[in-house]
Amino acid sequence: MEVRVANVRKEFDRFPALHDVSLDIRSGELIALLGPSGSGKTTLLRLIAGLEMPTAGKIFFGDTDASEKTVQERNIGFVFQHYALFRHMTILENVSFGLKVRPRSSRPPAGEIRRRAMELLDLVQLSGLEKRYPNQLSGGQRQRVALARALAIEPAVLLLDEPFGALDAQVRRELRKWLREIHDRTGHTTVFVTHDQEEALELSDRLCVMSQGKIEQVGTPDTVYDHPSSPFVFGFIGESSELPVTVENNELWIGGRAIGVPAGDTPTGQSRLFFRPHDVDLVEGDAALAGVVTTSRRVGGTRRVELEIGGDGHRVEIDLPFDHPAGEKSRIAFRPRRWTLFPA
Amino acid sequence: MATKLRARTHRRISPTSESRLVQWILIGIAFVFMAIILLMPLYAVFHEALAKGLNTFFAALVEKDAQAAIRLTLLVAAIAVPLNVVFGLAASWAIAKFEFKGKAFLITLIDLPFSVSPVISGLVYVLLFGAGSFLGPFLKSYGIEVLFALPGIVLATIFVTFPFVARELIPLMQDQGTGDEEAALSLGANGWQTFWRVTLPNIKWGLLYGVLLCNARAMGEFGAVAVVSGKIRGQTTTMPLQVEMLYNEYNATAAFALASLLALLALVTLVLKSALEWRYGDEIAASGK
Amino acid sequence: MSAAVSPAPRKGLSFRQPSVIPGFGLTLGFTISYFSLIILIPLIALAIRSAGLGPEGFWKAATDARVLGALRVSFVTALIAAGINVVFGTLIAWVLVRYRFPGRRIFDAIIDLPFALPTAVAGIALTAIYAPSGAIGAIFAPIGWRIAYTPVGIVIAMIFIGLPFVVRTIQPILEEVSNEVEEASATLGASRFQTITKVILPSLTPAILTGFALAFARGVGEYGSIIFIAGNIPFVSEIAPLLIYIRLQEFNYVGASVIATVMLLISFAMLFAINLIQAWSRRRYGYGH
Repeated sequence: MEVRVANVRKEFDRFPALHDVSLDIRSGELIALLGPSGSGKTTLLRLIAGLEMPTAGKIFFGDTDASEKTVQERNIGFVFQHYALFRHMTILENVSFGLKVRPRSSRPPAGEIRRRAMELLDLVQLSGLEKRYPNQLSGGQRQRVALARALAIEPAVLLLDEPFGALDAQVRRELRKWLREIHDRTGHTTVFVTHDQEEALELSDRLCVMSQGKIEQVGTPDTVYDHPSSPFVFGFIGESSELPVTVENNELWIGGRAIGVPAGDTPTGQSRLFFRPHDVDLVEGDAALAGVVTTSRRVGGTRRVELEIGGDGHRVEIDLPFDHPAGEKSRIAFRPRRWTLFPA
Repeated sequence: MATKLRARTHRRISPTSESRLVQWILIGIAFVFMAIILLMPLYAVFHEALAKGLNTFFAALVEKDAQAAIRLTLLVAAIAVPLNVVFGLAASWAIAKFEFKGKAFLITLIDLPFSVSPVISGLVYVLLFGAGSFLGPFLKSYGIEVLFALPGIVLATIFVTFPFVARELIPLMQDQGTGDEEAALSLGANGWQTFWRVTLPNIKWGLLYGVLLCNARAMGEFGAVAVVSGKIRGQTTTMPLQVEMLYNEYNATAAFALASLLALLALVTLVLKSALEWRYGDEIAASGK
Repeated sequence: MSAAVSPAPRKGLSFRQPSVIPGFGLTLGFTISYFSLIILIPLIALAIRSAGLGPEGFWKAATDARVLGALRVSFVTALIAAGINVVFGTLIAWVLVRYRFPGRRIFDAIIDLPFALPTAVAGIALTAIYAPSGAIGAIFAPIGWRIAYTPVGIVIAMIFIGLPFVVRTIQPILEEVSNEVEEASATLGASRFQTITKVILPSLTPAILTGFALAFARGVGEYGSIIFIAGNIPFVSEIAPLLIYIRLQEFNYVGASVIATVMLLISFAMLFAINLIQAWSRRRYGYGH
């Protein structure tokens, strides 16, 4: 099922949470809504679910206008950050709940409900735990129950709100891989919200980066990482360093010196240079970025060095091999291997 | 048209709430029940008290036996409440600041008087100090009267108000843990200094809350006191007992006049209690009460 | 103080974990002594007095027709009142937690009125309202329904005193039910009605049972608010606490003790049941974490 969000605006008590957002979600894809808190990503997810109603705009499931449907009618599967399992029901009862509450006309017979629930518990690798209560499971197990419960109603769209947010790092990584496998096997159109860029990059077919109630960029993880469309996306996805530069004669200048980086077709004037700290070459010679080391510390297999460039106190970070002898006050010259210029 | 209207209502109702109409119906039912069960009796007290005018009302309050009853009630509360405060502080200190075996059981025991009928709370002292007991005649030989006298009334009152301060302070102090006290001790304060300067300021609003409830019950206790007081007019009748005697003598107006004082006390208690909850909600333990 | 300052573990108190905080012996000692003097010893006196009859004598006294009648009146009316309180108490808790309306906080504060209003005052006020000449009594009198001076009056008084127990037990648990659980239910296709009946109410069951038990226990033991409205006719509207009082007036201490012992045993069983419910729900559902 494809989902189309068309010019949706959402206000809470006059406070705008989403401004005029449009997004096409393809059938069967796994798309991540990524952004800092307050960016509107959860609001967008809840609007798709029908847990909130848009102030303006429409949401289509396939060709049907879902905006007029209640959450019950939309047939979506929703997984909450804190699981939201029914504590007084066993695991099996939790998973079969969605089928049991159907009106008699569309409700499968009891045996069929049980068979499907057990099948799903098998899919999420929890066979044998069906008689337990949620309280007796670990966080990771609970979240898998929540997913099985959402899948039980054969949802048109699967929506996950920070599904791994409450779990610790180890379990998180495991579940991430496992969610990908489940998705590949079941093929549900899946939207998940996260503020963890690593999770989004690793897990999704496409990401949708959001900030302050707007969509900044939509694309595959590689596109978004390699070609960020705005300073925000550059800064939010992956590590980044930024410097104000001047463009003149198709070259970049800092403090009256050319740094050996071509400007392409960027017009003459002030500009902002962005590059990844690990994506630099150390150079000897004149045309380079040169700075004085202010701090230097080893982070695992690399050495993270902060440089002060020019007299205006601009600082950037670059990564060096961990055995590089960079000490404080020493001078280092480098050139970014890949970079992006944004208007000042 | 019909579908359009339906769509509209869908837009307004959140999936986790009821329509405004359903809400107002439920609020209405709840309010009517509350008004009939709780508000009407309250209103009736003041209505009946003033039924024969202000003069009769005040005359009933300044009457000699009524005055004696008021004085006795205040005296009993003035003895029973501080004793239970000391107990509450000691019990909550022992229970909240230390880990020991049988703690959960001790907490259950402290709540015990709540599940004892007030009449039984009085009865046990009659058995302990009354005719046929060992203690009663023994104390009497030294001229100490317990039953049908002030000590008996105070004892019965302490019994029924026993848990109030403690059950308020225990969860509060458990919540606060021992960090503050350990810090004070590490800075060189001794035990008393730690209690007065660190612990007590931390629990003062919770303590006040407990005292308020304890006092309301102490002044209003009826069943337990009725059993031990002997109801000697002007001597061992507390306000609630005086209310009963007047009522049974068909002097309803005087009974309600005195009752209105107690109702006023209840209202003041409720107002102060709510004010404490609204202002210092975090500093009063969530004791479910 | 010297013992308190030295952090060396004392062997004699091995039942507690070591702590640098002083005052354990003092506060726990005082707590236990005070508890023993005020609560434990008097209750033991009651037990001894009943035990003096021997099992046969006790059984005979406990199954005396009038005693059984009074116990039946007390328990049946308390059951009915607690049942009514569970329905309306749950509704009131729901309205207070879920809905926003003008006067909500005042409504919430008034729920505690029965905790604060002396029972004797409540008793005469309820009688004034439900007597044939009273505001509500007068409505039913022409069609021949009497409320005051019948078991119905007892039920009304028990509803009054039991209501806050139910509301205050359910309220905090209802506040704990997360919005997400209701949303999860809605996304799975459950109607609002199904969400309430299949998700919310079942998760409140332990709290509702506890509230019921508390209101029931309070109703069974209640004296002050009932005796005025009950009519006190043996076998019809004479409650067990009143019969204890009557036996005491007759100086039949043993008879009073027997009734009291039976009531206490049942109350303690209730208390035990409440603790079981809570332990069970904590273990299974993880409430109270």
